[in-house]
Parts: sequence; structure tokens; C-alpha cells
Amino acid sequence: MDPILWPLLALLAFMIIGSLIAAEAEDLLSSVVCVGAVGAGLAIINLLLGAPDLAITQVVVEVLCVVVLIRVVLTRRHETQQTQKDTLAVGSVLLVLGVLLAVSTWAMTTLHPFGQPLLAGDRPGVAYQYLTRGLAETGAANHVTAVLLDYRAYDTLGEATVIFVSIMGAYAILRRKGRIHHAPGNEPDR
Amino acid sequence: MPPGMSPIVRTVARLVTGFITMYGIYVVLYGHVSPGGGFAGGAILAAGFILLLLAFGKVRTEQIVSHRMAIAWDSGGALAFLAVAALGYVAGSFFLNFLALGEPYRLVSAGTLPLSNASIGAKVGAGLFGVFLALSVFRPAGDREDET
Amino acid sequence: MTLGVLPYVLALVLTFIGLYVVVAKKNIIKIILGVIMLEHAVNLFLLLLGYRSGGTAPIRSPGDTVSAEAFAAGSVDPLPQALILTSIVIGLGCLALMVSLALRLHEKFGTFDMTRIRELRG
Repeated sequence: MDPILWPLLALLAFMIIGSLIAAEAEDLLSSVVCVGAVGAGLAIINLLLGAPDLAITQVVVEVLCVVVLIRVVLTRRHETQQTQKDTLAVGSVLLVLGVLLAVSTWAMTTLHPFGQPLLAGDRPGVAYQYLTRGLAETGAANHVTAVLLDYRAYDTLGEATVIFVSIMGAYAILRRKGRIHHAPGNEPDR
Repeated sequence: MPPGMSPIVRTVARLVTGFITMYGIYVVLYGHVSPGGGFAGGAILAAGFILLLLAFGKVRTEQIVSHRMAIAWDSGGALAFLAVAALGYVAGSFFLNFLALGEPYRLVSAGTLPLSNASIGAKVGAGLFGVFLALSVFRPAGDREDET
Repeated sequence: MTLGVLPYVLALVLTFIGLYVVVAKKNIIKIILGVIMLEHAVNLFLLLLGYRSGGTAPIRSPGDTVSAEAFAAGSVDPLPQALILTSIVIGLGCLALMVSLALRLHEKFGTFDMTRIRELRG
């Protein structure tokens, strides 16, 4: 039995309970805080599963996400959610998701068991080549950086493009010059 | 209510922001030796500047790190990454690691990897800070919230 | 069904909770939170696929004298970690875009409720 299995299952249960509270809470600020807790649990799981770069990035990005969301939610908390519960729609969504969960649980049994990656065995994949030849071919001791910036550098270029485009989109939506003003008494442009 | 936060938060932010920026630069530059890299270091740099923005308000922060500077570093980082990729043609193909590999575990080693890490770190850090600045400068018409 | 499939199933449950929030909720901020939960769940699932029992992180340290084959036999898979690293930062960029859309909608319609936004045309 893997020694990290019990802490891993406990953290997964914590994340599921947090996400259920975030889904059903009436107050928006409580939901935001619970999503922050889910991200914190995920960062600890990253550390348990041997991924330190991911843990650093996940913690900082989760803090920034929660800060942005609190900034949006804090002054608009009087927007309580309407309580017109449409039980037929919600019930059918839950039924479909339940069937989907059952089918995919059966599909999970065809995967390799947890703890024995495709890397091992008699047909090791491409990651085995990256690990054995990484230090000699790229000179980098951190194999994740070697994969990200030398073996798969084209994907990193695509990712930089996606971040660039999403930030440009946010700038374009939040701009004030040249917009048609809807409400009276607004501030002059910068 | 004056913009920003209480004097305790301002004093601590004044002391700590330099260290956060230096830690972010360290994580970016040593990305090929220890855990980290461009994305983690860029996020840490952005968090340092966002701390400045939250503690002092947007007017003071725009005098230190303006919106134009954020956009300039963002685009500069993207162009630098593309330049490193195109210069790979010097040695034969796109994105080839054409500089000398050197000995492992040193800062100057692994060819083009530190350069790529630095450009990605600048791009991610400046981009995330810039979008947060745009979100906090946004004042919808008729909204009565305080300044952050 | 052995115990080795339980982490995957719990990650799937997290995915479906996020999907339920995106589909069945009416508040825009709740939908944004559902998208964030979906991203966390998918990153978690990818990470679980690459773990090796008793494995170490794929980083070599100075003073480490094991051979390359022995290192590769004892470390976790680095390939999913590289893909997830970019995905986390992309998630933050997409969150900024979604939040700016939500702010503009609130400025124009005065509410975050999807049903009332659909009624007001113009």
C-alpha cells in the first residue's frame, strides 16, 4: 500500500467538501473563500505527488485569483441570488451527471493503477528518454524546465500566445477611451 | 477614506516588496537548476507589484510602475522569446538549443534555457500585473465604491 | 474495483461538481467559480496519472551520483507536470478576461443574474 495514499484521499475529500460548499452557498464571498481553500488543498497535493514547481505556481496563482474575485464581489454583495429553484432542470442535470459518473468510473478501471505510470514497464514511453538523456542533451538539472523549454518549446510558444491574447482581450474590454457612454454623469477619459 | 490601506500595511509593504521582487528574479534565473522557472517566477513578480498596488492605491503605484511600463515589458518579453526561437535557425532548425551547454548546476549553462526563462518571466509578470492594474482602474459609470 | 482507482474517481467527482455549477447556476460569479473548479480538477487528474509509488521529483541535485537509468527508474513522470504548469497560468489569464466581462455586464444591466440579463434586451 502506498504510504501517501491516506493523506491523498483525505486531501481529496477536503477538496470535494470545499467545492460542494462553494457550489451551494448563498453568499458569494463564502463561495470565493471556499474556492481558495480548494486551490490550497491542490497545492499540498502537488507537494505530496512530487511536483515542487507546480506547488509554487499554484499557491501564488490561487492567491491572485482570490484577490481578484474578492475585489469584484466585495462591493456587490447585495446582489443576492434569486431563489426561483427550477427543480426539473436541476434534477435532470444531476441525473445526467450521475450516469456520466458511473460510466467514467467504469472507464477508470481500464487505466493503469495509481502509482504505476506508463513510464515503467516493458514499453516505456517518451518520458523515459527525456529522463535518461535530459541532463546530457540539455544541460539542465530540472527536467520539467528541460521538457518545457527545449523538448516541447513550441507548446510554450503557444501558451505565451494564449496568455498574451487573453490579457489583450481584458484590456480591450476594460478600456474607457472611445466607448459609447451609457450612463449620465461619468468621469472624463484618462 | 484615503486610498490604500492602514500605515501598518504600508510600512510592511515598503519593507517587503524589494525582497519579493528579488526572490522572483532568483526563481526565474535558477529555473534550470532548482524548482521554479519562468512561470512560477513571473507569478511571484506579479504578486510583489500587486502588493504595492493594494497597499498604496493606484495613484501612487502608477508613479512607480505605470501602465505603459507594464505593456512595454509584456511585449518585450514576448518578442525576446520569439527572437530566441528564430535565432535557432543559426544552428539548423526552429527553437534549437544553439548556445554552448556548459557544465550542469551552474547559472550559465543549458544553452538558451536561462534566456527563455527570463523572457517568459518578464512576460508573465508584467502581463498579470498589467491586467490587475486595468481591473482596479476600471470605474463603472455611476458606481459609488471606494478607491482600492 | 481496487483501491488504486479511488484517487481517479475522486478527481472525476470534482470535475463533475464544477460542471454542475457551470451548467445549473444562474449567477455569473458562481459560473466563473465553477470554471475555476473545473480547471483545478482537470489539472489534478493529469497530475495523478504521472505519479510513481515512492518516486522522487524529476530534479537532479549536485552530489547525486546515481546513473541516469537508476534515476529514471525512481522518479515521477515530468511530462504531465510541464503541461500543467502552463495551464495554471493560462487559468489566471482567462479568469481576468471573464471577470472583465462580468464587470461590463454589471455596468450595463445592473445585476449578475443571468435570467434577468436575458430579459432585458438592449
